[in-house]
Amino acid sequence: MDRVTDPLGTDAFWAAARAQLSGLPDGRGLNMAHEAVDRHLAGPTADRIAFRFLPKKGEPLEMTYRELAHETNRFARLLERLEVTPGSTVFLLLGRIPHLYVAVIGALKARCVVCPLFSAFGPEPIRSRMAAGDARVLVTTPSLYRRRVAGIRESLPGLRHILLAGGAGEAGEAAEVGPAGAAAEAGAARQADAPRQADAPGHAAAPRQAGAAGDPSLHSLARLLAAEKAHYRIPDTDPQDPALLHFTSGTTGVPKGALHVHEAVVAHHVTGRSALDLRPDDRFWCTADPGWVTGMSYGIISPLTNGVTSIVDEREFDAQGWYRTLQDERVTVWYTAPTAIRMLMKAGRELPRRFDLSSLRFIASVGEPLNPEAVTWGREVLGLPIHDNWWQTETGGIMIANTAGQEIRPGSMGRPLPGVEAAVGRRSDGEAAVERPTNGGAPLETRSDGQVEVIKEPDVEGELLLRTGWPSLFRTYVGQEERYRGCFRGNWYLTGDLVRRDADGYFWFVGRADDVIKSAGHLIGPFEVESALMEHPAVAEAAVIGKPDPVVGELVKAFVALHPGYTPDEELRLDIVGHARKRLGSVAAPKELTILDDLPKTKSGKTLRRLLKARELGLPEGDVSTLEGSASTLEGSASTLEDAASPPEDDASPPEGQVSTSEGTP
Amino acid sequence: MSETEAKVRKAIRDALRPIAPEVDLEQVDPTADFREEADLDSVDVMDFLTRLHQSLGVDIPESDYGRITTLDDLVDYLVARLGD
Repeated sequence: MDRVTDPLGTDAFWAAARAQLSGLPDGRGLNMAHEAVDRHLAGPTADRIAFRFLPKKGEPLEMTYRELAHETNRFARLLERLEVTPGSTVFLLLGRIPHLYVAVIGALKARCVVCPLFSAFGPEPIRSRMAAGDARVLVTTPSLYRRRVAGIRESLPGLRHILLAGGAGEAGEAAEVGPAGAAAEAGAARQADAPRQADAPGHAAAPRQAGAAGDPSLHSLARLLAAEKAHYRIPDTDPQDPALLHFTSGTTGVPKGALHVHEAVVAHHVTGRSALDLRPDDRFWCTADPGWVTGMSYGIISPLTNGVTSIVDEREFDAQGWYRTLQDERVTVWYTAPTAIRMLMKAGRELPRRFDLSSLRFIASVGEPLNPEAVTWGREVLGLPIHDNWWQTETGGIMIANTAGQEIRPGSMGRPLPGVEAAVGRRSDGEAAVERPTNGGAPLETRSDGQVEVIKEPDVEGELLLRTGWPSLFRTYVGQEERYRGCFRGNWYLTGDLVRRDADGYFWFVGRADDVIKSAGHLIGPFEVESALMEHPAVAEAAVIGKPDPVVGELVKAFVALHPGYTPDEELRLDIVGHARKRLGSVAAPKELTILDDLPKTKSGKTLRRLLKARELGLPEGDVSTLEGSASTLEGSASTLEDAASPPEDDASPPEGQVSTSEGTP
Repeated sequence: MSETEAKVRKAIRDALRPIAPEVDLEQVDPTADFREEADLDSVDVMDFLTRLHQSLGVDIPESDYGRITTLDDLVDYLVARLGD
């Protein structure tokens, strides 16, 4: 990937923030991994625990900053030995095991671009992201390789090395495997898997398995690391060199790969203090998975630059287990998500009384607006308020927050952090392009500022705008420069979130300006889901909406229309659901799917997701004058089948059957 | 296989089908993490347990979740509960 340039200069605040970090020795630049780990080696932090890993099975494993430095040096050397050049993208697809953390820091040391993928993604989201991000190296486990990657391997010719971490069968175990054993395991498992995949109609469309057990690109990570020396000199690193790539979803088109540069670490560092109140002796637990931006910025980089001990719990959410982790690990600062908090609330008030949570000092939440009752519940049950904050993949770090010592307005995202200028605005220009400097940087502040109208009065709804110039702002969407430019008007970054600001400067989330679905804090692009559904041979049309859900925010709900000759029965409906799950994985596949005779469209043929959503919610359908056909299209043609997959609906009471992922956050 | 175990296995199959119709229980490693094997997220898990509760009448309290990791665990747990 090419180097990217800083869009604008940094102001005094960010210059001072930068001065809190050391930079590479001898003025050789700024490297995220150096600031996170190596910078601490000369002081008392060197022998502090950086990560305390709680595996699914077995005993906790601890790694000091010094040990982490050595392991990540080995990883950086390994990349060089494998002739992986700086700027190449290293993809990570694995659970919260030590090798994930070693690979992130090690790849940053070698100046590779790190792109984490959520391990619950199915093969299609993995393939599309690895193709868009030009994956050269993949770090995964034998089990995930077998289940998610083997079938798409052939479609990724640029992928040169697959480093298998963890044990031979379980994604979560860090036992060593020899390369031959790992390859054989993966190969044998693929063959065993084949009959299962062959059962699914439509699956034949997926590229079939590559190679055999002897695929030379497969390596045992543990074995290769053991052969490397533990010292490494980080090469000169320009603060504007690309460092992190995070995919996020838009309404249309392929996922967007937001690229961040090494100097983003400045924002990771200072917001860890300003928004999360991190102090050097903290025991910090960020519950987000590093497959999402929160789990990277605040699950790895920020706690390391701030020299704290991070608790990494590999296990999935369960209420009792989480309270036990808070107690046993003496967690002092806890950063989690509204979905998880609502699930804890559902588990009742009696459960937390059995645990000693007195070590907790500060609790923060991100991913979607935290409902006021959750803030109150925190005060009453945990003895602490919960500080909601707001940011997104593109911003790279927390922008707006309820902070320590400041009044919390329950339901509000808080106020802009130091160094952040936020406003409420209105686009006045449709799709007009903005002026850009000839050197390829971000938009200049020129007359194009006139294309966004800043609303000064309080309590007016509009789009949340952020003035560009902070170091963790993304620098492009890889391969989609036009789409990137479209996010800016003059000096403003347009977030796509609708908000209002009260008279005291607190911002309140209103909704999304687009059709992106927000489920358990994850953004899910309807187009990506619709595309996967359309690959089923019976599906002629598909439309996907977010159906409001009291625990996860929105559930993915799909509507499909069939090609002639297919009978809309329950058997076929389940077949389509199964197809989507195999392609997309549970994280993005529809939880509900309804077959309709046809889908409502505009006269130009565009499917009206919003109309489907309005119907789903029983809302007025608005102006339908541009619709294709007649009222019959609207009045639901509707053979709709009973939706067997949907849990009982009762909007008036907390759901019994609907709970969701805890990985939440942006 | 006891009559109870057969009943439990059928209930598991019936509860899983509407949620993860692509999963063939015969292909699931009964000693591996069932959530991973069947690719169930938390929404799926809660839906699955609700359906099991409805068909078998067995309530699975949250405090027992930690004991149920694999398919074998689940079968054993439900058989034991039905035998109570």
